[in-house]
Amino acid sequence: MTRDHDTAQALATRQVLIIGNGMATQRLLEQLVSRPERPAEIHVFGDEHTPAYNRILLSPLLAGEIDEHEMTLRTREWFEAHNITLHCGRRITAIDRSAHQIIDDQRIRHDYDRLIIATGSRARLFDLPGAELSGIHGFRTTEDVTSLMAAEHHTRHAVVIGGGLLGLEAAVGLRKRGLDVTVVHRGTHLMNRQLDEQAAALLLEALQNRGLTLRLGRQPVAYDSDDGGRVSGVVLDDGERLRAGLVVVAAGIVPNAELGIEADLACDQAIRVDDTLTTSDAHIMALGECCEFKRTTFGLVDPIWAQVEVLADRLCGGDRRYALTPCATRLKVSGVDLYAFGILTPEPGDEVLRYLDADHGDYRRLILRNNRLVGAVLYGDTRDGAWYFHRSLEQGDLTPCRDTLLFGAPDATQQLEEAA
Amino acid sequence: MQTNTTCPYCGVGCGVVAEHDTTRCDTLVSVTGDPSHPANQGRLCVKGSALAQTLGHDGRLTHPRINGLEVSWERALDEVGARLGRIRQQHGSGAIAGYLSGQLLTEDYYLANKFFKGFVGTPHVDTNSRLCMASAVAGYKRALGADAVPCCYEDLEEAELVVLTGSNLAWNHPVLYQRLRTAKRRNPLMRIVVIDPRVIDTCEIADLYLPIAPGGDIALFNGLLTYMAGKGRLDRDFIERHTEGFDEALAAAQLEAPDIETAADLCGVDVERLETFYYWFASQLHVVTLYSQGINQSSSGTDRVNAIINCHLAGGSIGLPGAGPFSITGQPNAMGGREVGGLANQLAAHMDYHTPGALDRVTRFWTTPGLVPTLPEGPGHKALALVEAIERGEIQALWIMATNPLVSLPDANRVRAALKKCPLVIVSECMARNDTLEHADILLPASGWAEKDGTVTNSERRISRQRGILPPPGEARHDWWIICEVARRMGFGEAFAYSSVHEVFDEHARLSGFENDPQATPETGYRLFDISGLAGLDRTQYDALAPIQWPVNASAPQGTARLFEDARFMTPSGRARLIAVASRPAMQRPGSDTRLLLNTGRIRDQWHTMTRTARASRLMHHRSEPFIEVHPEDARQASVQNGQLARLHNPLGEYLGRVRVTTAQPQGSLFVPIHWNDQFARQARASALIAAFCDPVSGQPESKQGRVALSPVPAQWEACLLLGSDVTAPLEACDWWARIPLAHCQRWQMAGEKVPDWRVWCERMLGQAPTLWSEDETRGHFRAACLHGGRLLWWLAVAPVGTLNPMLGDIGWLDDCFVLETLEPTQRRRLLAGRAASGEDGGATVCSCHQVGEKTIARAIAGGCKSVEALGERLACGTQCGSCIPELKKLLTAQTERREEPVESTPA
Repeated sequence: MTRDHDTAQALATRQVLIIGNGMATQRLLEQLVSRPERPAEIHVFGDEHTPAYNRILLSPLLAGEIDEHEMTLRTREWFEAHNITLHCGRRITAIDRSAHQIIDDQRIRHDYDRLIIATGSRARLFDLPGAELSGIHGFRTTEDVTSLMAAEHHTRHAVVIGGGLLGLEAAVGLRKRGLDVTVVHRGTHLMNRQLDEQAAALLLEALQNRGLTLRLGRQPVAYDSDDGGRVSGVVLDDGERLRAGLVVVAAGIVPNAELGIEADLACDQAIRVDDTLTTSDAHIMALGECCEFKRTTFGLVDPIWAQVEVLADRLCGGDRRYALTPCATRLKVSGVDLYAFGILTPEPGDEVLRYLDADHGDYRRLILRNNRLVGAVLYGDTRDGAWYFHRSLEQGDLTPCRDTLLFGAPDATQQLEEAA
Repeated sequence: MQTNTTCPYCGVGCGVVAEHDTTRCDTLVSVTGDPSHPANQGRLCVKGSALAQTLGHDGRLTHPRINGLEVSWERALDEVGARLGRIRQQHGSGAIAGYLSGQLLTEDYYLANKFFKGFVGTPHVDTNSRLCMASAVAGYKRALGADAVPCCYEDLEEAELVVLTGSNLAWNHPVLYQRLRTAKRRNPLMRIVVIDPRVIDTCEIADLYLPIAPGGDIALFNGLLTYMAGKGRLDRDFIERHTEGFDEALAAAQLEAPDIETAADLCGVDVERLETFYYWFASQLHVVTLYSQGINQSSSGTDRVNAIINCHLAGGSIGLPGAGPFSITGQPNAMGGREVGGLANQLAAHMDYHTPGALDRVTRFWTTPGLVPTLPEGPGHKALALVEAIERGEIQALWIMATNPLVSLPDANRVRAALKKCPLVIVSECMARNDTLEHADILLPASGWAEKDGTVTNSERRISRQRGILPPPGEARHDWWIICEVARRMGFGEAFAYSSVHEVFDEHARLSGFENDPQATPETGYRLFDISGLAGLDRTQYDALAPIQWPVNASAPQGTARLFEDARFMTPSGRARLIAVASRPAMQRPGSDTRLLLNTGRIRDQWHTMTRTARASRLMHHRSEPFIEVHPEDARQASVQNGQLARLHNPLGEYLGRVRVTTAQPQGSLFVPIHWNDQFARQARASALIAAFCDPVSGQPESKQGRVALSPVPAQWEACLLLGSDVTAPLEACDWWARIPLAHCQRWQMAGEKVPDWRVWCERMLGQAPTLWSEDETRGHFRAACLHGGRLLWWLAVAPVGTLNPMLGDIGWLDDCFVLETLEPTQRRRLLAGRAASGEDGGATVCSCHQVGEKTIARAIAGGCKSVEALGERLACGTQCGSCIPELKKLLTAQTERREEPVESTPA
């Protein structure tokens, strides 16, 4: 093992292959090129035909607020300038661990000293009757967006399944394009993993004001088709049939862990990694939505950025370790600002502070446990979100600023300083 | 346009310049100090500076009312005349009484006195000056033979030693305090001694402070007399040639205080300090002892005054520059009232009933071709006796002018009951609402300051014009006009036929000189009060009258700064009298429950019952709510905390106020302000706790030695409700409330025991559900605001008892929000926070003139301001009226001490 370890160190500057060309990979590359100890040879394999883009901007793209090129993170010239080989539209089909090679869809083998799997995730599509029909999409890629945009030519009715972050972004985007959009959500309130009822009610009202139709506490049971090829409707569990020439499924993601599973790496829901982001194979690492750390999978950028930091450091010979950290959720759809983190449901003994300006769509709910901030939901004015989040990370006693805590960072900071 | 006039507040009698926009008849542009007035030479205190803000027609009484219904003047005057006439006919002249005020101008006062005593024929005319000055008057009369203040303000500046006793000059006579301060700066040899049971702001100026035990005054001055005699520091020549009664007075003093140790023990001061004071006093000729309510408001007030005067006579320090016993009056025209004879024991123009020839002289003077006055033969009921006479049914009609006795008289609850019982209560008043008006049968709207036209006399006998600048609002009329109209209807028209107020003044001046021969003796007609030199002024001359000190007569046409320079006193013998006095215990005795002594007094920024000063919102910031000052040990024993609401009670009544725990208050004694009343708070009339005991000589009540018990108010919550309109807040759920008028809204402070569901409460009690709210349920915090069309209608904050006010701090920003047509989103978001943005919270106002708060000052001190001057330069605080300088100094000291304390790590 010692020898293996030494070898790994020695290999640090040699050939690194990265499968997947998403945001995590791109951020990793940015980190690596800024460091002199970077591996000399880096190859990136992406099955999409373009360099990495900012997936967070998919909803503005759909809404027609930005162009595709504005999403692009880096041009091909950047890769050349930094001596990184980018293989676009090249799908990796297998890993040959014993040979330290990966095999692409043209059956070409590529050697690696160190392999990084960053294949991301995909929308979880329901295995419902009619799931094979055309017109049913996820909302993960620019290609998805292109398909959604193309659908406007033959339908005015869209159904979005999933009232979470992604689903609502898609729904608002489609609505902006002029479609009649119905959101079907299993939970009794929107974004039920991030928001309490009050914030969700404000969100609901805001979305309804933007012309969205909502079906809460419902699930799809089947897709209808008029012609047997294209989707024409969604059947809900209470029997209601919604007209839909276009269906966006945004009710959860599935990690793209298949390569790892097939290569016999240790996997549960995704490819298992340790705190060095190494898989069960010391030469293979995994990053982002396709990996799993301590039974946790990932869907938000913040923890993945933290993983990138660790991985970049490791690839440059460092010894940083990854740990799970709390993270906050933000939503920004056409003027609806949301910020939430931590505990969502107060436990007995927790203290709840609330602020509501219903006319103005402003809401705040803070949960304190032993005078420490453990959860927050901000709706409307979210400017203090980051400040609250830092307070929850610090876990400091907020008793001195309890009176002003709801009213924002400047007041509370002053009180904390005065008490210090 | 600028008009010189005088301030209507304290007895300093400052000249002010009123800036007037002639297109506006309801208010003045500004009021500033008059540099040409001798009393203040341009200085002005915070109350005076805020005069323009107290004006405006809102809240004024503008129409006569009978039983609450508006009527015409004709109807009201006919009714007053007819009913008074009927009562006089049925029950005699003595069934009618007048209760006047040091707020009246001399002309009003003169005519009221003439009306009641001369023509109605009742001796029962007294005035609210009874509550503040009666003992000073009685003391002067006993010692000097006349109610004659020997000193002038220059004497304060020329003295080598100034003794302030029973006077919180810094708060109650701020301009004199400023003059004294300046004088001390110019003359480093000047010494100032402050004698007071409380550590008052005036102590800031003191070289020596004597924390006297309440009631220790006579022992202290008797001890001084003993000391002077023992140390050979008497002015033997003066005593022998110009005084009488010395031996008896000294014997009495020696009996009570044979040595310093005994004196020190009796007055609760340590020997060394006392001896320092005695030594200073005894070794200086140029000593002024300045005293006020702390001396007067006692059942032995007159003896206290004489104990002081005794020492001045024994040392010969009277009638000299920088020397004399100097009584400072509380009211703007207490002196004018004394001059016209407005007190029940006086007749007129410094003549008493027993003054030989006085009845005849005044009768002759007031006689007209068709009318002969019917003067009563002897003195009438003094204020407290007046109440008793009403209770007995002897007094059937009471006419109250320009005062609010239901707040100010002791045992106020009893006074309420008496007034309720009185068949006819007439009130002449300029405000539409006060506690007294609620008991009036007939209301007569009177003119107020800036409208009233006449003269006032300040504490140094200086007569100044108070000029009518604005027309009275609605149908309000001058008091002298009202009196004349009633007199006419009662058949006395011939004696009250004045075309203008200057004719009244002329008559007053003529009476003062009528058969007044300086060559004669007091027994043969000589009176010290003589302004015959001002008789015969025509309207133009009267309007041009410059401030002048009486006597003003042929031998002193330019007036008289100082009295008794020739050591000729107004007694029959011409000698001043020393009076043998001895301490007597207060008449209000501690009970088994009412152990604590209750001291009462004024605060810096309010005046009397707040009818005027509460209209200037900036005057509400220094002390916003009724309060109780308590020594930490008493607070501990009563289980009350600083900032908590507490209750004072005794068999007479109760008082609710916020606790201020302070070591400035001596243990065993409490202090409450006299200002609050039913218009501004629930159960906050200090007078309700004061028993109606008075000085046997002066009849002045013992207002500073009540006896009470202290207990916490068992409230759970406190709320601050800001209402954009003048409607009364819903007070059903609260056990306590106080109203604080702000510039653009009314602030209601409330507290209660039962906690309502606040969102429901808002909807039910305020008529609208909150537009925005916040809550911290476990802590009992709730805030809400209601907007309509973007405009703020009300704002509410609730917190557990004792935590609300410190948390809210300065709410000036919220007040400003009430005038905005639409609140911007950023402002709206800050609404519940209660302030524009952090860092702008200035804290509780310290400097009212420039609205500088405690936190702002603390930041400036932390930022390097090391002195009052430096603070003034940076923040302008303390640079206008200067009355906050003591507080600035305290802040400077406190912060410096904190910085110098060794830093210790304290466990959390």
